[in-house]
Amino acid sequence: MPEGARERILGRLRRAPGAEASPSDFGVMERKAWPAAERYPRLKRMMESVKTEFLEATEQSWPQAIFGFLQSQGLSTLLFGPGTAAGGRLSESWPSGDGALLVPYDRPVEEMKERLFDEVDAGFTTTRGGIAETGGLILWPSPEEPRLLSLVPPVHLALLYTDEIYDTFWQALRSQGWAGGMPPNALLVSGPSKTADIEQTLAYGVHGPRRLIVVAVLRGPL
Amino acid sequence: MGAEKRAPAFRPAAAGALKDPELRANFRRAMDGLMARRAALFADPAEWRDLRALGASIRQRTLARLPALLERLESKCAGNGIRVRWAETTEEANALVLEILRARGATRVVKGKSMVSEEMHLNDFLEKHGIESLESDLGEYIIQLDGETPSHIIMPAIHKNRRQIASLFGRKIREAKYTEDVDELTGIARRVLRRKFFEAEAGISGVNFAVAETGTLCLVENEGNGRMSTHVPPVHIALMGIEKVVERLEDVPPLYSLLTRSATGQAITTYFNMITGPRGAGEKDGPAEVHLIILDNGRSRISSDAELSATLRCIRCGACMNHCPVYTRVGGHAYQSTYPGPIGKILTPQTEGVGRRHDLVHASSLCGACAEACPVGIPIAELLVRLRREAAHKSQGSSVLGAGEGRSRWESLAWALWKAAHRSPALYRLVGFAATRFSRILPSGLPILSAWTGESGQAQGLPPELLKTTRRLREAPRPARRTLHELVEEIGVDDA
Repeated sequence: MPEGARERILGRLRRAPGAEASPSDFGVMERKAWPAAERYPRLKRMMESVKTEFLEATEQSWPQAIFGFLQSQGLSTLLFGPGTAAGGRLSESWPSGDGALLVPYDRPVEEMKERLFDEVDAGFTTTRGGIAETGGLILWPSPEEPRLLSLVPPVHLALLYTDEIYDTFWQALRSQGWAGGMPPNALLVSGPSKTADIEQTLAYGVHGPRRLIVVAVLRGPL
Repeated sequence: MGAEKRAPAFRPAAAGALKDPELRANFRRAMDGLMARRAALFADPAEWRDLRALGASIRQRTLARLPALLERLESKCAGNGIRVRWAETTEEANALVLEILRARGATRVVKGKSMVSEEMHLNDFLEKHGIESLESDLGEYIIQLDGETPSHIIMPAIHKNRRQIASLFGRKIREAKYTEDVDELTGIARRVLRRKFFEAEAGISGVNFAVAETGTLCLVENEGNGRMSTHVPPVHIALMGIEKVVERLEDVPPLYSLLTRSATGQAITTYFNMITGPRGAGEKDGPAEVHLIILDNGRSRISSDAELSATLRCIRCGACMNHCPVYTRVGGHAYQSTYPGPIGKILTPQTEGVGRRHDLVHASSLCGACAEACPVGIPIAELLVRLRREAAHKSQGSSVLGAGEGRSRWESLAWALWKAAHRSPALYRLVGFAATRFSRILPSGLPILSAWTGESGQAQGLPPELLKTTRRLREAPRPARRTLHELVEEIGVDDA
């Protein structure tokens, strides 16, 4: 590091009289709330407006729904994290024979980078809930569910329980106590990758997934 | 100044831009679209008022506690396994990046969008040292291909239309066939860059918010190139200005909401990426190393002024430029500043010297549209007035870089004469007499006077029908035939 840069910068800042703090009123955040029954329809409407697709299923049927979807779309491989409960459900109930192949993401990326970039058609992840205000899913990558699952494959399928939808991002991070411990990576995702850098014209699938499919397990007040 | 490198000048560059109808059409269309989309997202005035007040208070609280929060951020990051380094100048920051890349033998780097890296001219620097530094945001990729700099902080290639981009891709990308279809153009960039993400030995990104409470770096994006750059290569280097820190995680959602709605009229972006550490124990991907470089580059000097420190509240949404009548007409390049538009007019003179860049503080009509659109309430017009004053006269205790160095001899002379005339009744009467009797023979090319009446200088090159209107509207002011004092005396009013 340049000799003493840190001390000189902090020294200047400490000497400065600078700005005065005013208290923050979070009332405007607290006021944003929707009845439980309205949260999923709102999330769906918001996310569909940015081209997210929805696959609605039940607790029993969702693995089958995914299998059927992949088959209907002609997608032949699904990358998933075998270590999560949902991953376990998926591999237990996955039909053998014709249809998409389940590929576990169970080793360091260095050992499967080519396959990840060039061969896998779709990736499956769980979520830690959704956000009603703006639409959006909370993703929480982990050793069981690596970061690139939701990024590199051209199609991303994400499992969402419809009774786990928060009013706002602000409410979600407070309710789940994020400040107490963040994982190395966490993210919000609201749709497939997009850009408007050419003439403000929306184009989807620029670097990340071209399609985002929310596998919505319908639960709770609907 | 003398031997020093000539200061950039807004006026001639703006005059040139005004004569480019294609450029003007590109900006007009884009800014109209951005303003309409933002307005639709802030349709509830009470919510806008309260959210903006909250955003301003969060940024102001951060700035008031800046040294403590930076230290907290540093120790939290270190605890999470992120290596933190500090740089006072852009040269130091460049050297730090190079040192990290050299230690890993990295020669291929992919970059997410970062305005701090534009301040550093990082791509040029790395290329000089034999390292390929490739922009991966589509807009940044386009302008890098053409050897340009961003003309807008959010939409860097907004000055180009699809025909210009189609021809650029056709010329510069070997495998590309000519197409004006936006989806196909995007597809070409996707193919090229996907390979680059795969091969890159390091990724570089900016930071939108750095959370002191948890040591988390937040990145806002739509394309996924930011995630690709920060999660695929084995090394990630994040660059931030000292002002990017916020105190608590719960401070982030209101700022994020203000940012996406103000910038592009989106309720939320496609991705909000929160990085709190390198690849953790048992994780199968993610970079082995994450580095954070905290850059000052004049910001600590700005923070020492109670009024001007509001400049550092900025969250880089670009709403001020989208709403600026000057920016919309001349485009971003005319400012010759990393940050164009209203925020650039207050930031750049403070980091490069208010004398050297006094052209920027005058490049405004002070209409205040920028301040009205600013989601964190920066009083941009008021700060411009303050900086105009600082450019001419250093105020007492001023810490503004280059204060007093923007004085114009002619302007000073004019004000000296003005002052003298107003202190001596005899001289005042003489000036009044001369102005009313001889004004018609004054050459309009005189300094000061020409800036006022300068239709001849500025209107050149306009289409004839516009020129006629401009002439009519910009008629040189002519004094009356007799002074007011003479007229009132004539009707018998006592003029004592």
